Amino acid sequence: MLALRKKKRDFIGTSAIWLVRILFFSLVLALFLLLGKIVSQGIGTISFEFIFDDPKNNMTEGGIFPAIFGTIAVTLIMILLAVPLGVFSAIYLNEYAKDSIFSRIIRTSINNLAGVPSIVFGLFGLGFFILFIGRGMDDVLKTGLLFGQPALIWASATLAVLVLPIVIVSTLESLNSVPKSHRDASYGLGATKWQTIKNVVLPQARPGILTGTILAISRGAGETAPILFLGAAFFLPNLPVSDLCIGDYCIPMINPAKQFMYLAYHIFILATQSSNPTKTLPIQYGSTLVLIVLTFLLNITAIIFRYRFRKALGRL
Amino acid sequence: MSEQEKEFYSRSKDSKYGKRIKKFTRTKESLIKFFFAVNGVMALIFIILIFIFLFKEGFKALEHIGLLDFISTNRIGTDGSSQTVYEWYPTSTEPRYSLIPLILGTLLTAIPATLISTLFGVAAGIYLSEIANPKWKEFLKPMIELFAGIPTVVLGFIMLVIGASFFNDLLHPDNRLNAFVASIGLSFVIIPVIASLTEDALHSIPNDLRMASYGLGATKWQTISKVILPAAFSGVSASIILGFGRAIGETMIVLMASGNAANITTNIFLSVRTMTATIAAEMGEVSQGSDHYYSLFFIGIVLFTITFILNLIAELIINKMRKKNTF
Repeated sequence: MLALRKKKRDFIGTSAIWLVRILFFSLVLALFLLLGKIVSQGIGTISFEFIFDDPKNNMTEGGIFPAIFGTIAVTLIMILLAVPLGVFSAIYLNEYAKDSIFSRIIRTSINNLAGVPSIVFGLFGLGFFILFIGRGMDDVLKTGLLFGQPALIWASATLAVLVLPIVIVSTLESLNSVPKSHRDASYGLGATKWQTIKNVVLPQARPGILTGTILAISRGAGETAPILFLGAAFFLPNLPVSDLCIGDYCIPMINPAKQFMYLAYHIFILATQSSNPTKTLPIQYGSTLVLIVLTFLLNITAIIFRYRFRKALGRL
Repeated sequence: MSEQEKEFYSRSKDSKYGKRIKKFTRTKESLIKFFFAVNGVMALIFIILIFIFLFKEGFKALEHIGLLDFISTNRIGTDGSSQTVYEWYPTSTEPRYSLIPLILGTLLTAIPATLISTLFGVAAGIYLSEIANPKWKEFLKPMIELFAGIPTVVLGFIMLVIGASFFNDLLHPDNRLNAFVASIGLSFVIIPVIASLTEDALHSIPNDLRMASYGLGATKWQTISKVILPAAFSGVSASIILGFGRAIGETMIVLMASGNAANITTNIFLSVRTMTATIAAEMGEVSQGSDHYYSLFFIGIVLFTITFILNLIAELIINKMRKKNTF
């Protein structure tokens, strides 16, 4: 009787475990089917011309270079704005600030901001950057309506605010993972606070900080919702570039006051709002493949960094 | 100045080694601290500004429209009879701002998505933490994370061009783009969230518990279902709450795949319109300073508040769990 019951239980147990396995591998299968579909449909469109040409013929032919350029420009400015600010303020919070109720409230709200919908950040960008800062600058500088309208700089700034909590949280985590004993040893040797941070804490936390930062960047580069009304354009004949002149010497620079094309927005607009979505389907798949490759490269780099980071921590 | 520093500097004044720490070093140290503090304060200011600007613009909606009008509107028909309607029709000559259809639409996409994702996500978490061969795990876990890195516009696009037709042929829904298609797309975003947090929660259960269970003669499944899952219950439920919050806040997938018709319905095979998709679709065309404009900010406040509270609950649960699990 006992043996029989045990056998029955074992049957339930093994089938439950198999069910979990099946659920997991159907998930992996779905991922591969999804990626396989995008790759198989998109690879035919990818060519040198597709990457480096302008859209032609009302966007039904030609390439997506302006969209790739816009994505990189926006992401670069976002990195410049968000990463130093995020990393430095995390260093302040973790190394300098005292553990008070106040600093705990700040930590909690930063944590929770990382989960606030991206579209809400878009609203903030519109209300704060464009209407408050932009219109304010126009009033003060008497420039008419130059800054107070959707533009590359405001989209980058909004994405920067969006990824700022993510950068801060991941930096805090990697700073936290440096053992206190290492800091104490450094103080014991007579090092000052900054020397300890610079020579002991940061070298150990660096791979972790990099991982979090790269993940945040990939999140920003793939985000579409907040930039819908912050300057992403359907089609622009020119790149958002102007010559920056010092005397007679001119160099082409990203002009942050202009509107821009954006890869993720390009996919959205072609799929939903173009005049002939079926005709542009190859371009949509091609753009999707480019975007996926871009974000996956970033993510894989981050995963490798973290793998090394954890391995190094395991050795301590 | 921390205790360590105080001690350090007080000692440095009278010891012969301390004289080496010149005034220059001390000034440099405080300048560096000041630099980091400025950055911290700036980040803090941005965070406070988000609250201020969102609520400032959103509360103007309450002045212009009124809280009750966000629930229902009284319409006077041609025959003079008054009728209570629940409609989102902000561009009409008699604008109606009821949030009821939008909230229903949000729930009708977010709840099925969370249910599907709970099944797959928790299963994936259990598999990765308890069942998978550790060698395989090192390869499989990053794959789930890659899943999480797919931009949502890509998932929306796939649901629009492939998913909608697939489910149209399979289930013959009332509308080709509907809440069900959107919730399948949403699950792709939420499954990785639930899976990785569940895996973390299960992984943090001390191995002693597993060994004790095996020692009592329990099978692997008995250990998982009667020991590990109950012990990690709070962590797993926190992951589901966070997943639900993501489902409510996701924009691109529902914008592309839900059909965007503000129906009042509980039928999952009808087109619906969510709060996020409403902001995304209408903000571009609205004139700044109009009632419609402020009402979109009000939707933003509602979204912000819901997700902030959900995240807060999840964080409290996780913090409690961490305290409990320090054996």
